[in-house]
Amino acid sequence: MIYTALSNLWFGFGVALEPQNLMWCFAGVLIGNLVGVLPGMGPLATISMMLPLTFAMKPVGAVLLLAGIMYGAQYGGAICSILLNLPCHPPHAITCLDGYPMTKQGRGGVALSLTVMASFIGASWGIVEMIFLSPVLVSLALDFGPTEICSLMLLGLLGGSTLAKGPAIKGVCMTIFGLLLGSIGVDVQTGIDRFTFGVSELYDGIELVALALGFFGVAEFMLNINSLDAKSRTYSNVGFRDMRPTRQDIRRSFFPMIRGTLTGSLCALIPGAGPTIASFVAYSVEKKVSKTPERFGTGMIEGVVGPETSTHSSVQGDFIPTMSLGIPGDAVMALLLGALMIQGIVPGPQLIGEHPDIFWGLVASFWLGNILLVVLNVPLIGIWVKLLTIPYRYLYPSALFFVCIGVYSAKNSFFPVGEVMVFGVLGYLLNRLGFHPAPILLGYVLGPRFEENFGRAMLISRGSFEIFITRPISAIFVVASILLVGSQIWMRRKRRPAATRDTPHPA
Amino acid sequence: MTTIGLSFAWVGRTYGFGTTMRPGPGFMPTALGVVLAILGLVITIGALNATEDQAEESILPANPSWRGWACILGGILAFMIFGKIGGLLPAAFSCVFISASGDRAATLKGSLLLAAAITLFGALLFSVVLQMPIPLLQWSPS
Repeated sequence: MIYTALSNLWFGFGVALEPQNLMWCFAGVLIGNLVGVLPGMGPLATISMMLPLTFAMKPVGAVLLLAGIMYGAQYGGAICSILLNLPCHPPHAITCLDGYPMTKQGRGGVALSLTVMASFIGASWGIVEMIFLSPVLVSLALDFGPTEICSLMLLGLLGGSTLAKGPAIKGVCMTIFGLLLGSIGVDVQTGIDRFTFGVSELYDGIELVALALGFFGVAEFMLNINSLDAKSRTYSNVGFRDMRPTRQDIRRSFFPMIRGTLTGSLCALIPGAGPTIASFVAYSVEKKVSKTPERFGTGMIEGVVGPETSTHSSVQGDFIPTMSLGIPGDAVMALLLGALMIQGIVPGPQLIGEHPDIFWGLVASFWLGNILLVVLNVPLIGIWVKLLTIPYRYLYPSALFFVCIGVYSAKNSFFPVGEVMVFGVLGYLLNRLGFHPAPILLGYVLGPRFEENFGRAMLISRGSFEIFITRPISAIFVVASILLVGSQIWMRRKRRPAATRDTPHPA
Repeated sequence: MTTIGLSFAWVGRTYGFGTTMRPGPGFMPTALGVVLAILGLVITIGALNATEDQAEESILPANPSWRGWACILGGILAFMIFGKIGGLLPAAFSCVFISASGDRAATLKGSLLLAAAITLFGALLFSVVLQMPIPLLQWSPS
């Protein structure tokens, strides 16, 4: 088994090293790193902006580019949170706790270089996991019929919505809303148009790009405008020379890296528990293990390295269910799947067999991309730090223009641009009400496939719901879903007396 | 308090979704609509119970920036309108200029410069390099 995996990996490197693919991979990590550093710009918005540009590309290049943006942004986000105490992306919120105090002590450079190292180690482990685990999952999943796929999707959707940010019930609401949005347009099975209200532009359904950019582009601009205050940049003078860690630093961060890797890869295996949860778990583990837990928060290198490693290892691990089962764990993965579907590639267990170049090329490009990122981040740190000083008032109008033209070019029509506006306002309102829009995207991407497989399962069983319980594998997924929901309710009950505050918290 | 009002609107809307469906293809939306409506009710009840300690939690932030929001949305609208009748150049310029004016620290000169720069860059990138089928300048007011 190891032999086949290695030969497949070799093949993957062949794909990823083709000049064109290598270029896309580099472009991806560069753009990703850039938006990761810029405050107020997220990887989600960037990926959806680039999405229309990838329509004309070959599928491999498109996936490498989009995936590169995603993990590139993870590296860039660390710079922002350590030097400015600005958690641009949720997984880095925890890095700020000890990273910024280190910056204040003048050791920000050390924190950064160790973070880059930690990220690389975490990512490498995630990739190894992906190489060996995905084929196993696929061989299991190839026997899945529509019934199993349906209940697996149910589990994935519930996991993605309940474990994400914010109260679980609101997450579920958003997922269902997404599923409903996905049902707009002509029904695949009967050819009847639904919810189009006679608007012919809606027959093809809502544009994925418009949905994503509305919720994560325009809505974010509206949240951030005039409220993103300038942070003090007095400590952010970091050069290459400040980045050399002492021997003691390396020794202290060795075990946190290993522990972070483990927690990260475990979190990646639970559907829906993405990098954010992984980083929180890793931080609390470090605090538990440490001999001096009271000193956390004052610039402990362990508190920076552990969570960062775990974030990266789970980011790569997230690709496992996405690529091998076709079930995305979070909104970014849902977007990637959407990109594949636009290219005419059906995600699911058959993907690795039918398109080995995509899967193995992607795996190999992860390694190349991570090496590129280390090269980009260590010597060029000064440039990234300079970029932090670009004011938001120059950023968002430019980004808005890219949003508009991106959406326009998806269909060469101005109608989706209007959709963006509607979703932007809606996304802003939802955010203020404490509904996080990320699960909507999950529901939207999975919706049509869920419905299709549900319909097929119903055909097989002649309209009886029993089929979901009588089939063993499907029954396991159903039980797991019930356990997931049950544990959420139980935890809420337990938590309530301690803290009744369940206020909607704008993200 | 606004939370509650909007939750009600939410619930009402989902009922509309659920009941007006045709039987065959409408099965899934109906079922989902009902579930969503129930969840919406649960949230509403929860919000009603917890109103005492979070009464001032409102849909507007502490200092609403109407101008900023209007400018962002106006920028998109301008892109649509000018793009339809005038092509890429006026669309890009108006979009960036209008949205840039939304920031409190924005100056007329700064916004104009930024808009010009982005327009130039955008025209080069999308029309020349990427060969997108959108005219740079045209006149088709209809």
